[in-house]
Order: sequence, then structure tokens, then C-alpha cells
Amino acid sequence: MSKVRVLVGTRKGAFILTSDGQREKWEVSGPHFAGWEIYHLKGSPADPNRIYVSQTSGWFGQIIQRSDDGGKTWHQPGTPPGEPTTTPEGLPKGESNKFVYDTSAETGKPLTTHQWYDGSQRSWQFKRVWHIEPSRTDPDTAYAGVEDAALFRTNDGGKNWKELAGLRGHGTGPQWQPGAGGMCLHSIILDPGNPQRIWTAISAAGAFRTDDGGKNWKPINKGLRSQYIPNPEAEVGHCVHHIAMNLRRPGVLFMQKHWDVMRSDDAGDNWKEISGNLPTDFGFVIDVHAHEPETIYVLPIKSDSEHYVHDGRLTVYRSRTGGNEWQALTKGLPQKDCYVNVLRDAMAVDSLDKCGVYFGTTGGQVYCSADAGDSWNPIVRDLPAVLSVEVQTLPGA
Amino acid sequence: MSLIRVILPYHLRNLAHVGHEVALEVEGPITQRSVLDALETRYPMLRGTIRDHNTLQRRPFLRFFACEQDLSHESPDAPLPEPVASGKEPFIVIGAIAGG
Repeated sequence: MSKVRVLVGTRKGAFILTSDGQREKWEVSGPHFAGWEIYHLKGSPADPNRIYVSQTSGWFGQIIQRSDDGGKTWHQPGTPPGEPTTTPEGLPKGESNKFVYDTSAETGKPLTTHQWYDGSQRSWQFKRVWHIEPSRTDPDTAYAGVEDAALFRTNDGGKNWKELAGLRGHGTGPQWQPGAGGMCLHSIILDPGNPQRIWTAISAAGAFRTDDGGKNWKPINKGLRSQYIPNPEAEVGHCVHHIAMNLRRPGVLFMQKHWDVMRSDDAGDNWKEISGNLPTDFGFVIDVHAHEPETIYVLPIKSDSEHYVHDGRLTVYRSRTGGNEWQALTKGLPQKDCYVNVLRDAMAVDSLDKCGVYFGTTGGQVYCSADAGDSWNPIVRDLPAVLSVEVQTLPGA
Repeated sequence: MSLIRVILPYHLRNLAHVGHEVALEVEGPITQRSVLDALETRYPMLRGTIRDHNTLQRRPFLRFFACEQDLSHESPDAPLPEPVASGKEPFIVIGAIAGG
């Protein structure tokens, strides 16, 4: 029987939740990296034992951790102890937690400015890694979405990271600005059939796509509308919260924007609103059923002024029609006095025959539905605030 | 060659898999820079956690203390107090008390 491994990043460490395919009895491992903020951890589709972790701290900065045994042990990829910090030529060696914007003449872009909250311009400054997206085919290759927004890639298992500078430097950077959480690149989708195509999303700039492996990028925000910005339909400046795609249907994208749920059927070239009968226009997470490309999940949040669920009820909404018609899923979820939030990377689906859906809350609960959302059970109730949830579907013993 | 004692904050001890205090052999003048260079060579997993990778400036929420003095704003190339250089007193890296 298959197994699932749920990777949970929290404000105070990482937790790993494992179960068999029934998804009824769970083992909890953790906290790993206790006391550190774990923005994201994700396993490699090419080698499920390879897990990358973004570990951060306001005091000590960014750390990258890696496991090669499914989360039993961890290490920082990089220089072994005692080795010199510079190359024989005197240049600093790359290190696993070193994210330096590429300003080189050969591959880089000038480090320009982006817009600050008050409209002034600020220079780019690395703060943390929000999301790590491992390659589908090579365990040593992974992408990192960082704050201030940029995309990095490692080809050596996390020892060295190099920016794909065409994204930050493609021309609209001075119009990007931070959302309330910072100017973060939070969504990375790798096309399963076309290794040259990558989608990313940035808060608050919008969605972007490359069709040449990351050299050149273009904004793909046509159809998004954001009230209150000077041009509500601007090319960039939209606060995209998350994007998701069913791997069986590349190019059909779903988006939870700051306001509105959106859909694109042409790889992001055009978007249309599919909010339909949702109770609010705000939220963070969005995901797609593993086997039914028209079945999507969102979790509406009351408003951008009150970051908790609507009406004190924790409710997932599911559309089986690709949007617009939404069904409230409440069985097993608290329906009174609930005021948690569910953050942008905190929902995931497994790929078992009966698709499992998972999400984590800022109240420290991680919920699982083993029946595609019809009913829910808490796996854990009292973790630190959950920042991210990912799921690995593993072969049985 | 001098044997310098360094005390690290809790999370950096865990990262480096060391106890409360480490002892480092440091060549040449004993300064913040030479001590931290030696620390990062011995424990490369600490690179970037005390000083910024590029600027080598102290991270904002960390302070350097020794002999009951706050040395955080001293030049990285200024000599550390003699009791640190002679190994009688430790060089202390401490995290600011902030956050939740």
C-alpha cells in the first residue's frame, strides 16, 4: 500500500507527518530545526528521499538544509569543515545559504530598484527563501523563490545557488512592490512536459513565464484587475497570492489573487475571473485535484483587513466545474469561533487514487481529507503557526 | 598562534553541533575579523549567520561582547582586549533579545 509523507513548515520548526494510504493513523516527527522559521520544505519528485528546506531567522539569516534519507537526518549542503573559504584564486566560494543577485556582465542584470510602500525606490536586498521547487527529473536541481523577489537555481544539490537574472531584470522591476509580507517570489511551477517553461508569481508584481529555461521572462497578467492601483489593469503590480496547475494539463493555471480567483487556459496569456459564488474575494491558497483537472480548492479569508476565515467557520470551497460554481466543504472542520488564517503555501494534494487534500492553519492545525474534500480530520492540532504544507505520495514497503 | 575562546548563541551552537563554548586557534593579530574568519573556517555552516556573506558586516540582531564590554561597533580590525587574546576571557556572540 502507498504511503504519504506530509511536510509541514511552521514559525518554530518543521514537522513530518506520515501515514499509510488510508490516511487515518499518523506518526508525527519533529520539531526539526526547532525555533527557526521554516518557510518551506519540499521533496524531489525524482528522488523522494531528497528533501530541501528553507530555514530562516531574523537573527541569523538564511540556511538551506537537505535530507537524503526522507527526513531522518539533515545537513547543510556545502563546504566541509576546515576547508578554506576562498578558491585558490582568492574568490569567495559559493555556500548553500549564499543568495547573491547576479550583476555579472555575462549572465546578470544591473541591480536596479523596486518600489517601496511609500512609492519611493529601494534597491534589491536578499532577505529569505520563500519557496523551493525541486526539479521533476534531477534531484540535484532545484529552484528557490526569494525575497526581495528573484529566482535562483542550484544544479549541485543546494551547494551553490545562481540567480536567473532575466526575471528580476526584464524591465518592469521598478514597478514591483512588496505586499504586506514582503516582496516575495512565492510560486514556482515547472512544466512537466517542457523543461524550458517555468511559471512564477510575485507579491506584489504578478505572474511571469519563461519559455527558454529562464533567460527571458514576460509578465502574464492580462485580465487581472486590482482596484486602487493607478491602472487597475496594469501589466505588473498585481498582488498574486498563489498559482496552481494540474500536472496532467500543463498550461491551465488557477490563481488566488489578493482579490478574486482567476483561471487561464492559455498558459497565463489571458486570465478570467472564476470567483462565482465564493463568500469573499480574498484568500491565499489554491490547489487542483491530482486526477480531476477541473476540480479546484480554495479557502476564502474574510478580507485583507481581517486575516481570518469568514464568519468564524473554517470552510474549504471546491469547484468541480473549473470555477464559478463552488461547494462549501465543512464536514469535520470547526464551524464556530474559528479565526485562523491559511497561508499561501499551506495547501497540497497527494496523488493517491482517492485524492487527499491537506492544509495547515496559523492556529497550528493540519487537516487531511482522504476523500477529495468531502470530509476532514485534523492530523495535528497544536503545532506552531503553519507556513507551508507539501505532500509526498510514496510507494509502499 | 593563540587559542581563542568563543561563546555562541543557542541556535548557532546547534547549527555547528558544538557545546556552549568553542576554542579556536587564530593566527596573527586577534581581532573580530581574524576570530570570525577562524570560526567560519572551522565551522563553515556558520557562514552568513553572524556576518553578511557579501559585506561581512555584523547581522543587525547580533552583538559582540567581551570583558563586559560591548564591542559591536568597534572596527573589525581593532585588537580585541588582551584577556580575549590570551584566552582568559571568551569572545561572546549574542543574539538581541527580541521577537516571540
